[in-house]
Amino acid sequence: MRNWLRQHRLCLAATFTRLARTPLASALNIGVIGVALALPLAFYIVLVNLQSFAQDKAPAPQVSLFLKLDAQTADTREIENRLKKHTAIAKYRFIARDQALADLKAKSGLADVIGSLGGNPLPDGFVVDAKENSVVALERLRDEFKAWPKIEHVQLDSAWVRRLDATLQLGRLIVLVLGALLAFALVAVTFNTIRLQIVTQRAEIEVAKLIGATNPFIRRPFVYYGAIMGLAGGITGWLIVWGGLRLLNERLAGLAQLYGANLTLHHLSMSDTASLCLFAAALGWLGAWLSVSRNLAEFDPE
Amino acid sequence: MISFSQVTKRYPGGYEALKSVALEIQPGEMVFITGHSGAGKSTLLKLMAAIERPTSGTVLVNGQNVGTLRASAMPFVRRNFGLMFQDHKLLYDRNVYQNVMLPLNIIGYDAADAAKRVRAALDKVGLLGKEKAMPVTLSGGEQQRLAIARAIVHRPAILLADEPTANLDSAYAVELGELLRSFNQVGVTVVIATHDEQLEARLQPRCIVLAQGRVSA
Repeated sequence: MRNWLRQHRLCLAATFTRLARTPLASALNIGVIGVALALPLAFYIVLVNLQSFAQDKAPAPQVSLFLKLDAQTADTREIENRLKKHTAIAKYRFIARDQALADLKAKSGLADVIGSLGGNPLPDGFVVDAKENSVVALERLRDEFKAWPKIEHVQLDSAWVRRLDATLQLGRLIVLVLGALLAFALVAVTFNTIRLQIVTQRAEIEVAKLIGATNPFIRRPFVYYGAIMGLAGGITGWLIVWGGLRLLNERLAGLAQLYGANLTLHHLSMSDTASLCLFAAALGWLGAWLSVSRNLAEFDPE
Repeated sequence: MISFSQVTKRYPGGYEALKSVALEIQPGEMVFITGHSGAGKSTLLKLMAAIERPTSGTVLVNGQNVGTLRASAMPFVRRNFGLMFQDHKLLYDRNVYQNVMLPLNIIGYDAADAAKRVRAALDKVGLLGKEKAMPVTLSGGEQQRLAIARAIVHRPAILLADEPTANLDSAYAVELGELLRSFNQVGVTVVIATHDEQLEARLQPRCIVLAQGRVSA
């Protein structure tokens, strides 16, 4: 066990030495990976910021219930009871028909027109805030309310929720496609880098195999190299986006001030940063592994 | 220790390097494989060291059938051998010490133990003072001795050498012969592919003569 650990430690040290021996080539490779990762990362960050901005600033969608005109006080109380007991509802507000009429008179400036009406044309109503603001949850509530007694009409203001959802979904798709393409690029870059290394270390690999090295032993330094390159690339990508955000936030602050708003883009959370680095390292590992497996076959005598 | 029966080796393209070869090598023996170039000497050594598999027939090394062994088990068979190649196959980007350390790294020796063994091997071949030297700065004879040190550092049971005296002048060749004899005297099985008759005359080994892929004597 101790020997096994020692072998890995030696191998890791040798990998760093190898990276340091060709500083320019290593830096360029890591830079390419960093840029490749920075692109989908930047997209993703804009998306996440947009999402949280939309959730903060936009009014929560509400469901409005309108009772039938012939509804009695008892009916209204029954509806209110049901709303009170409902677990999916955050809060509700009752708007009596007389109050609604008074509001309309006060706000709309149509007092004369309304006064000329014989009676009050407005029904009693409830305005409901749901706990969960997804389109699906709101529509389920709407359909449920519709089935209640003495309900004339249920109105859900979901158009903008749907639009936002669709836009964010499109954004997510773009991030995913871009991410997949550039992940492939990352694997390809490591694949080629490792292939070149194998070519330059032909003699060493050949001798090692002849005197009894197992394939994992030969693969190990290359796979370490790939993983470290991926990790360094991930960190580079993070730094590129960090720099970009700093620049952008300065400009954005000035712009937002003109509109009297406060707007800053936030970088990745700690856990997202950790997954980015792990993901990049894993891709580097994969590229190296594929490359070594593919290129070691030619050393096999059989 | 090593036993061949009905061994045939055919390379892609149809060339038959060995044709139903049968032979037996006992532990502690010194054996020369002789014959003209192209007779199949190198192929025979490669089959012994589990570097290649026979096309048909069985090759047994310490009771293990090399022909049917899983590919992942082959490296462990190879560790029974110390190999000396015709072209040395030294690593020219590493110094003498690191070259000899390579087999121990591969096997995974403890660091302190490994360092001791490397020094012992270098001492044995007379290169202890040149640990830090790079292989290119060594003479032909010294390179040959470095190759020997690397072959014996993990104390293999069997030493295989392919044309060890091919590029040496006669003084070095004598020295090398003595070195091989000394390994044999401490119990190492030594198998040498060569057509150096002087070496044969000095060491008086058992000879297996190959001619056109068959054992002829």
